[in-house]
Amino acid sequence: MIDNAIKRKDLLGMDDLTVDEIEAVLETAEKLKEVSQRDIKKVPTLRGKTIINLFFEPSTRTRTSFELAAKRMSADAINISASASSVVKGETLIDTAMNLEAMNPDAVVIRHPSPGAPHIISRLLKSSVVNAGDGAHEHPTQALLDLMTVKEKKKRLSGLQVVIVGDITHSRVARSNIIGFKKSGAKVRVVGAPTLIPYGIENMGVQVSYDLKESIKDADVIMMLRIQRERQEGALLPSLREYSIRYGLDMEKLEDAPKDVIILHPGPLNRGVEISPEVADSPYSLILNQVSNGLAVRMAIFYHLLGGKE
Amino acid sequence: MSFLLIKGGRLIDPLQAVDGLYDIVVEKGRVKDVLKAGMLAGNDLKNKGKVIDAEGLWVIPGMIDMHCHLREPGEEYKETIKTGTTAAVAGGYTSLAAMANTIPVNDNASVTDFILNKASVEGAANVLPVGTVTRGMKGESLVDMGELKDAGVVAFSDDGRAVMNSEIMRRALEYSKAFDLPIISHCEDTNLSGAGVIHEGYVSAVTGLKGMPSESETVMIGRDIALAELTGGRLHIAHVSTAYGVELIREAKARGVNVTAEVTPHHLTLTDDAVRGFDTAAKVNPPLRGEKDREALINGLEDGTIDVIATDHAPHSLVEKDVEFDAASSGMIGLETSLSLCLSLLFKKRINLSALIEKLTKNPARILGLERGALKKGFKADIAIIDPNAEWVVDTSKLYSKSANTPFRGWKMRGRVVKTIVNGKVVYG
Ligand SMILES: [Zn+2]
Ligand SMILES: [Zn+2]
Repeated sequence: MIDNAIKRKDLLGMDDLTVDEIEAVLETAEKLKEVSQRDIKKVPTLRGKTIINLFFEPSTRTRTSFELAAKRMSADAINISASASSVVKGETLIDTAMNLEAMNPDAVVIRHPSPGAPHIISRLLKSSVVNAGDGAHEHPTQALLDLMTVKEKKKRLSGLQVVIVGDITHSRVARSNIIGFKKSGAKVRVVGAPTLIPYGIENMGVQVSYDLKESIKDADVIMMLRIQRERQEGALLPSLREYSIRYGLDMEKLEDAPKDVIILHPGPLNRGVEISPEVADSPYSLILNQVSNGLAVRMAIFYHLLGGKE
Repeated sequence: MSFLLIKGGRLIDPLQAVDGLYDIVVEKGRVKDVLKAGMLAGNDLKNKGKVIDAEGLWVIPGMIDMHCHLREPGEEYKETIKTGTTAAVAGGYTSLAAMANTIPVNDNASVTDFILNKASVEGAANVLPVGTVTRGMKGESLVDMGELKDAGVVAFSDDGRAVMNSEIMRRALEYSKAFDLPIISHCEDTNLSGAGVIHEGYVSAVTGLKGMPSESETVMIGRDIALAELTGGRLHIAHVSTAYGVELIREAKARGVNVTAEVTPHHLTLTDDAVRGFDTAAKVNPPLRGEKDREALINGLEDGTIDVIATDHAPHSLVEKDVEFDAASSGMIGLETSLSLCLSLLFKKRINLSALIEKLTKNPARILGLERGALKKGFKADIAIIDPNAEWVVDTSKLYSKSANTPFRGWKMRGRVVKTIVNGKVVYG
């Protein structure tokens, strides 16, 4: 049904994907989205394929999304929750990878707290590796679902002003989205406390601002990032209270934004910290669209990587 | 008695300001004579000794590495005195200053004795132990420097860790004056470097790997220079990696501060671009920095701000390196690739030959107070013979080091050691 435009083994990051590949995934995802609206929410495309979800960090949402995506494509999905502490017990990431290889899966979806961990795994495995988040590095399926959500609403990506707000330094969502939106022709601005924006980020082709109210005046898309509560210990943030006053998005700040602005958040939300409940539940918010598009994008990724044919 | 004659090579000996074709006669482990090529009467040495034909080759004083980690005692699975010195002579090194962060650390005479005994039995090269600055390398109280000096250490260093307490560093620089030995400082403000694993800059911004800023090095170089100025103690800055660090040392030297500095071949060759693919072999501390830093290091080498090239040879096994980037240990091996990497600066015309050889021989000898690093009559005969045109590819399975952690694997190199002589004996080639 869909031409398989992606000729690669792995999806490790948005950095690897060409514009054509991104567009192909989004196109496939739009078509597969319909499957989830059927009575019988399943296509036989990947029958007989095995997909392992290997999560070294707890994340019910992302894992469930990948699992459901696999099942709707009729693949067998297995979840392995490894704690990164198994490394402390002597079993290394490499051991884990070799063990998986022996089971001969078709794809391994990996989430790991250390940047580059999926890259290590991918060098060892014959099967496809999908990066479901590696530390602060990349989270490509999140970026793809965000691109899909924006494109659905705005009918285009090129020329849009995207504003990403929050802890940029520690965010894989920010990095993958910067790359994805830039490749798609959008303009990206990152906003946050100076302690949470890394030096050198300008070289990724983004604007930097420390002023949320000012920076959303021309925004087509506002993406709020989750703030980790741990960040206030240490020297990065004085307090969550101050953070929320300066960088939390509420109705008052939103008044200055264009009327057709849309708001994204990768979840889970810290209501009242980076986003007020009124904003999260407002018509501007596409948070639930993101969730359903996440499923479609992951189905599309499996389709392309595992060479689905119909 | 038998002679060793090295015939017709191009001798480069910066200490004696020599660069030309010479014959070198070695007897009883020492340099007996250095004569213009062809001056030797025809049959003088025939049948009495061995002749090495060095025509077309370069002959230099054996190189001195004033910064390496031999890992023995304690981590013999990474390297031993035997394997480390064997790797050294294969790389043209004849003397090594072995850093003190072994297990146990070299903070007392019994550990120094152990290292020296082991080296005298199994070592292919001269091993010069470095003692710690502080007891247990904990940064809290000074070691018995007198005892260590008597046992044979050539310098003091807590390398591997920074001496964070400024008062302790001040007293170390002060107290060591009585023994005229340098304090080698690993300059890193560990509060600033924090959990960083690579240089803080564009690459850390893109990869999400935690960065350590250049300033974690420079603030400590600044502090140590100030303390050297206060005390008049002998300060040697280990592995300078930053442009601003070079600048601070240049200014300090101009003011007459008693400071010397070293740089590694890897900081002269690579930038943080090498970690973009998450290659743990390129994880090192101080981290590979930006192109501007690399340029500044080469300039500092050219203008004499940086005195020495030292390898910071730091072997690690797969247990430490075949893991996630965050979890991997820092350090790379360097003894067997150093010469070729240094020569590439020569071939690119960034430094002249005599200045380059000086950083590998004469200068480290001067800083460590050794009667080596030159082929002077009466000096111990430590010699390296080099084929400057030999091409080779770094194949980690063929290296003598017990470990293989080098980002240079697969690199095409030019210039290689043909023979190495330690105390008059051919130990390699
Ligand atoms: Zn060091
Ligand atoms: Zn070191």
